[in-house]
Amino acid sequence: MWAALEILTQANFWAATLRIATPLIFGVLGALLCERAGVLNLGIEGIFVAGAMSGWLAVYLGLPLWGGVLVAALVGALFGLLHGVLTVPLGLSQHVTGIGVTLLATSIAYFGYRVAFPNVATPPRIEAFPPLDLPILRDVPFLGPILGQQTAFTVLAFACVIVLALVLARTPLGLALRAVGDNPEAVEAQGLSVVGLRLGAVMAGSALMALGGAFLTLSAFNAFYFGMINGRGWVCIALTVFASWRPGKALLGALLFGALDAYQLRLQTITGGAVPSQIFLMLPYLFSIAALVLVARRADYPRALMKPYFKGQR
Amino acid sequence: MIRFVPRERTPVWLTLAVSVGAGLVALLLTAIPLALSGAPVLQSFLFMVQGAAGSGFAFAETLTRATPLIFTGLAAAVAFRAKLWNIGAEGQLYAGALATVALGAGLLDLPSYLLVPTVLVGAALAGAALLLVPVFFKMRFGADEVVVTLLLNFVVLLFVQMMLEGPMKDEMALGWPQSAPVLDEATLPKLVPGLRLHWGLVLAVACAIGLHVLITRTVWGFRIRAVGENARAARYAGLPVSKAMALVGLLSGGLAGLAGASEVAGLKGYLTADLSPGFGYAGIVVATLANLSPLGVVPAAVFIAAVFVGADSMSRAIGVSNYLADLVVALSLLSVLVGGLLTRFRIVLVRREAA
Repeated sequence: MWAALEILTQANFWAATLRIATPLIFGVLGALLCERAGVLNLGIEGIFVAGAMSGWLAVYLGLPLWGGVLVAALVGALFGLLHGVLTVPLGLSQHVTGIGVTLLATSIAYFGYRVAFPNVATPPRIEAFPPLDLPILRDVPFLGPILGQQTAFTVLAFACVIVLALVLARTPLGLALRAVGDNPEAVEAQGLSVVGLRLGAVMAGSALMALGGAFLTLSAFNAFYFGMINGRGWVCIALTVFASWRPGKALLGALLFGALDAYQLRLQTITGGAVPSQIFLMLPYLFSIAALVLVARRADYPRALMKPYFKGQR
Repeated sequence: MIRFVPRERTPVWLTLAVSVGAGLVALLLTAIPLALSGAPVLQSFLFMVQGAAGSGFAFAETLTRATPLIFTGLAAAVAFRAKLWNIGAEGQLYAGALATVALGAGLLDLPSYLLVPTVLVGAALAGAALLLVPVFFKMRFGADEVVVTLLLNFVVLLFVQMMLEGPMKDEMALGWPQSAPVLDEATLPKLVPGLRLHWGLVLAVACAIGLHVLITRTVWGFRIRAVGENARAARYAGLPVSKAMALVGLLSGGLAGLAGASEVAGLKGYLTADLSPGFGYAGIVVATLANLSPLGVVPAAVFIAAVFVGADSMSRAIGVSNYLADLVVALSLLSVLVGGLLTRFRIVLVRREAA
């Protein structure tokens, strides 16, 4: 019992929490940006895979690490463009299209990886983002070792939270984005383009999702594995509802999830096999479902979410 | 300027043409990454066609692969008809498979004519129970069923792994995590001796016909369709929306559960954690290709199965990764979605002055 509580005092536990949370921060931010503009993007799971694979491949082929990050974002935006064109001007089912984008992005990434590396026993590696290890942090008790283990990629995630929060809350663009997911007629009446705003939001959101994937191959690990995303994208969709579409709460939700995941991993070693490991591995998924069900009743969904908009038609 | 004018009625030939066209467009689009990868494009496609339908044996293999896809395609079709977004057929398939092994691998000692139906009913109920949880969450708490069904897929797969490494592990299997084999009395017989094709296919086609009759000819079918068209209007009209949703959940989850039973009791004989290479997700593609028509699910499933079997055989022959099949499947889904616009709208060119 004492050992289970002691986990919370370990710097390693909190460092792992941040590491697990980082891709989810990107994913939830991306999902909430799309949904704030009125588009559900179930392409997220596949966009994670494509971001992880393309960012990693770019670095493997000689680009600098930040070049890989950029490539992943561009690939994400491209799949966002596909999802956006099919669901916004063409008004196709956002559910089915999103599943289609996930299948497409996943299969392109897997096929591309197999073409590049037909027969490798161990996945090829790259030199991943190094830990920050800033001199000023080194001597700070407790926080020092936690933050020192993180990379610049995690700092980027926190920066994205702040930027997105400010843009959504404080800028004319943010106002237009929120309005286009709540009341597109009003946006059209202002002389703004509903299609343009929604497309832009889905592309930017998808780029963020791809960064979540790229973090895994460029920072958390240094290689690409099949099945490495393993539902992380879907978890982000659940966390978005939990975060009631706010960047600040998105950060909180991702950290909570990260803490739970890091905790169950450590609890597994403490119980020493007395409880099957799968029970612990189920916890994060069950936690996401519980979080979704608990907040669903009073969730303040963007009012025009999943409602296609056609000019001059109510 | 181009305008979309909604159609009052869609001719049947157009719906068919769109589905067939979408499959062809998907294959054509796949030629691009195939060419980029440096593979001989025409030869690859030739190997795919040969592998899927080049001989009686090959075609039997395609039909064998189509069997679970018919079940999961029907599961998606009936749910999507009612706008219940069940993306959890993969998990429900495993629930059905687990029930098949639990009942059919020695627990019950019954003659074949009793044990096979018991196992099938048990598998269907297991799949249905798994879907009724998110349906309940949706009706009671307004929780989005898409995310819940998706996440449950991962939970169920972990549960299966736990059972296969623990209570259900076959001690004779040399440490490999697999279940004990199902009894002979619980096995679905082969259709033709010497081939892997089994009675699951007959059951799947029967389910397609049954679902077609239910949806087009019965009151409950009408209610399911009404809920899908407009749930609020259906409620105002006094239709039992919750009961209709529960029925849809029962049917959809049950059909996905049968996919698991058919794979275990008809084909594999025991359960492993890699029983399904994504049959649940492919079912969504099958249903969409079939325009959510139960009878259309059968040919759509055969097409998708042919893509998988053909790609496997091509991959063996010339070493192109069989992830190509997933690419064709994904592109088929997106093509048929776009093509669906043609069935719902007439595309009219209008002069700008006139508009």
